[in-house]
Amino acid sequence: MRPVTGMRKALVWVATLFVMMTICLPGAWVVLSAFRPNREILARPAIWWPENFNLDNFLRMFGVGGEQIAIPVGSYFMNSLIIALTSTFVAVFIGMAGGYAFARFRFRGKNAIFLGFMLSRTVPGIALSLPLFMVWSRLGLIDTPLGLIIVYVAMNVPFTIWLTDGFFRQVPVEMSEAAQIDGCTRWQAFWKVEFPLARAGIASAGIFAFLISWNEYALASVLTRSTDSRTLPVGLMDFSAQFTIDWAGMCAMAVLIIIPALILTFIVQKHLIAGLTFGGVKG
Amino acid sequence: MATVNLQKVVKRYGKLEVVHGIDLDIAHEEFVVLVGPSGCGKSTTLRMVAGLEEISGGEIRIGDRMVNDLPPRARNVSMVFQNYALYPHMSVRENLGFSLKIAKQPQATIDERVREAADILGLSELLDRTPAQLSGGQRQRVAMGRAIVRHPDVFLFDEPLSNLDAKLRVQMRTEIKRLHQKVRTTVVYVTHDQVEAMTLADRIVIMRDGYIEQVGSPLELFERPANTFVAGFIGSPPMNQVRGQIGSKDGEPVVAISRDLALPVPGRLRGQVQADQDVVLGFRAEDLMPEGHELKTDGALMRFNQTVSIAEPLGTETLLFTEFGNQEVLSKMFNPRPVAEGEQIGFALNVDRLHLFDAATGRSLEV
Repeated sequence: MRPVTGMRKALVWVATLFVMMTICLPGAWVVLSAFRPNREILARPAIWWPENFNLDNFLRMFGVGGEQIAIPVGSYFMNSLIIALTSTFVAVFIGMAGGYAFARFRFRGKNAIFLGFMLSRTVPGIALSLPLFMVWSRLGLIDTPLGLIIVYVAMNVPFTIWLTDGFFRQVPVEMSEAAQIDGCTRWQAFWKVEFPLARAGIASAGIFAFLISWNEYALASVLTRSTDSRTLPVGLMDFSAQFTIDWAGMCAMAVLIIIPALILTFIVQKHLIAGLTFGGVKG
Repeated sequence: MATVNLQKVVKRYGKLEVVHGIDLDIAHEEFVVLVGPSGCGKSTTLRMVAGLEEISGGEIRIGDRMVNDLPPRARNVSMVFQNYALYPHMSVRENLGFSLKIAKQPQATIDERVREAADILGLSELLDRTPAQLSGGQRQRVAMGRAIVRHPDVFLFDEPLSNLDAKLRVQMRTEIKRLHQKVRTTVVYVTHDQVEAMTLADRIVIMRDGYIEQVGSPLELFERPANTFVAGFIGSPPMNQVRGQIGSKDGEPVVAISRDLALPVPGRLRGQVQADQDVVLGFRAEDLMPEGHELKTDGALMRFNQTVSIAEPLGTETLLFTEFGNQEVLSKMFNPRPVAEGEQIGFALNVDRLHLFDAATGRSLEV
């Protein structure tokens, strides 16, 4: 290995800074724009730092102080929350059961089924929008939270199975056997020993499933129509009218979309610490 | 009374039969070791007793209960696994008390039993640590502690020492023996290490390819192996085995090893041999003694000179590789002196302690 000189180190830092700025700039621009009026966003030459830093866009969105945007942000938020949480919960539960089965049991066609699940993830969601729309309209599921929940569960299950399968494989089967000899039923052995040890994997499966449901736009834009089921990402488009786009309102709402995802990630991240199973068996 | 009885126990995985109808009776408080090479069915047998494997045929009884269809938790056995299988998310105290907590024992009982087990195994200082903070030997002790807190009918050990280094293994072996003296409970112990089997067992069960080859006390197996497999498995180094044929010399039966080497058939085996029978002659390395280093014996000695090809000094003894009728054999030199390779040495073979096996079946000719 070549010695790391001071110059080389500095260059690495500059390059890293440049890459990080390129990645973060759009996000930072959205956040900055959420706190200033439209004309400042559109000004030329660009105003980088808000001259008039305020919460007007957010107040407007929630109708505080009289002026309210004609967009039912509250309903969208609740729809998003209900749909994302429910679909995540169901997907994680099914994924956990499936992952456990793939990790622990031998059955006919196991590899083929697993491969099938993985391949289903290679189909772009938008390609399914037309057939889904036709089937859902027959079933009366268009513009219902349930319709989207089913779609998101189906999207997320292969992924949660894949992830939890990997984590359950890392939990030695002797853990469950030891628990059963210690007096547990198979069910108890799962909940008291195997589940806590695979918690990190289940938590990450949960985060990913939630983020996918929370941020999904393409299918939601096709399958939802009204405030009954429309989610936040689809709601963003309400800010674009025929001739104008309310960039300030849109950015404020984008920040609103980002916050729960951030909070959730922070809450769950302590469970993501790997290496939990270390020490129980000979390493 | 925690006896364990296996009757015609069979284990099949699909069409593949791995344990072929074995019978075994284990007495109350007996320490029985199942030993054999990998794939011999010893662990599968243990797991069937534990209830972790279904039984494909036959019967297993613990005490007077038939346990074939009982889940592990209903058998009142406890098990120590090869990789310890401690619960990494629980402290040592919680690991020890887990089974009692599941059984909904009052907290006072749990505390008392955990303390008792910790005292026996010297774990009192470690109760609040997690398994990750323990050394290999300490984890092994916690695994044993977890087994004894329940006061089970039977202890099952599945190669508990094979993950430890050589020194610790010897130490833990003694601890297991001591533990069995303190906590008189029936033990079924699986290992592939014949030294562990010899040192720990009241009785050893030698298995191969899903069959029991021989059951007996360590000394019985050592002195009277039932076949060439047992003779080669028990004892370190394994018994020398040399091919020969029964002939006769001056009207007495002899084992002809080569054209000019023949040994008298020991008196106790004379009635068992047939003329021209192909046999395997077996003798222990300690019964082939270098001259001047002989053990006391009142048996007949056959003396001959031979070249040493390799000498392996072990401190208390030196192993000498030499030839006997053109076949390589091992000799043990006690109170050793330095031996040069290629040196010619006089050997004395204790003829009374020869073993004879049928070459075709491998069975001992001893009745």
